[in-house]
Amino acid sequence: MSSNHTTYLQHHFANKEQQHESAKLGMWAFLVTEVLTFAGLFCAYAILRNNFPETFKACGELLNMELGLINTIVLITSSLTMALSIYFIQNNNKARTIQMLALTLILAAVFMVIKYFEYTHKFHVGQLPSKFYFSNEVENIIGTEITNPGAFFSVYFMMTGLHAIHIIGGMIVISWMMYNTFKGKYSNQYYTPIEVTGLFWHLVDLIWIFLFPLLYLI
Amino acid sequence: MTSKKHHIIPLQTYFLVFSALMVLTALTVLVTYVDLGSFNIVLAMFVAILKATLVLLFFMHLYYDNKTNLIFFISSVIFLIIFIVFTLIDINYRKEIYDIEGVYPYESYQDLNGLEKIHVDHHDDHSYDQSDEVHNKGKDY
Repeated sequence: MSSNHTTYLQHHFANKEQQHESAKLGMWAFLVTEVLTFAGLFCAYAILRNNFPETFKACGELLNMELGLINTIVLITSSLTMALSIYFIQNNNKARTIQMLALTLILAAVFMVIKYFEYTHKFHVGQLPSKFYFSNEVENIIGTEITNPGAFFSVYFMMTGLHAIHIIGGMIVISWMMYNTFKGKYSNQYYTPIEVTGLFWHLVDLIWIFLFPLLYLI
Repeated sequence: MTSKKHHIIPLQTYFLVFSALMVLTALTVLVTYVDLGSFNIVLAMFVAILKATLVLLFFMHLYYDNKTNLIFFISSVIFLIIFIVFTLIDINYRKEIYDIEGVYPYESYQDLNGLEKIHVDHHDDHSYDQSDEVHNKGKDY
């Protein structure tokens, strides 16, 4: 490391290491608020599942488990490519970094396309939140009347919807990181923005790791 | 204050963690084909927590990082647990409090939850007398 000031070191930090650590701590503080945002929805899920266990089991089986599984694999793979992009920028390999970020972006797009097909199917058959629910598919499968299926789909759309918004936000930031890497702004000396973007992306993956079994499997 | 250079995690570690995540995903899907009753939920959550830990420690570098970041994250998990556990305790044991007090302020709430409508019968309860019921009627819960 050179002793002279780089353009990236802001004057209120003692050194680059401190600047890097501070930025990361700030990102973690943000991730804490993100977890607590989703906590409200997880709590709603817990209450409603507690109150309507049969409904949640029946409606959960109605979701397309294969698509959910594909999305899980896609998202975990995108997490890997994101982690690899940081590995490559740490090794100052900018071409590979851009490739890995692009791959992450493509996988995110695949996730969104699958989500789009899932959503449009639900709109079509009337598996909608709360009072907008008009499907009778669940009843046809179970053979009996079911209490409050709209409750399940309220939670489903809120949780996956908020998660999808995070995916879109992540995609925008990743594109930005790609552009900046392409412009040569990052190197093995300075890559904090890519690393904190990675942290955000992994959190989105982390939330999906819980959403998939809660909604599709159990 | 650490002055060491950033730790570069070897590629092998990333691929190992990725494989572990894939195996755990397969496991959590396969296990749903076996009906274990309510244990299915416990198992699915256990696997999800295991996967989340792998992502946090290796993809998010918490294993190598300054421990302050880990403490920050754990604080959010603690509050998440408090939020959900205390809410569930309230939801599930509220009826018992009502039984003890003999007062059911939220009859419409009971309907909403799909629970059977509670039959209010004070005659079995000798610690309770009619005047209390009249007294409670005007109360705004």
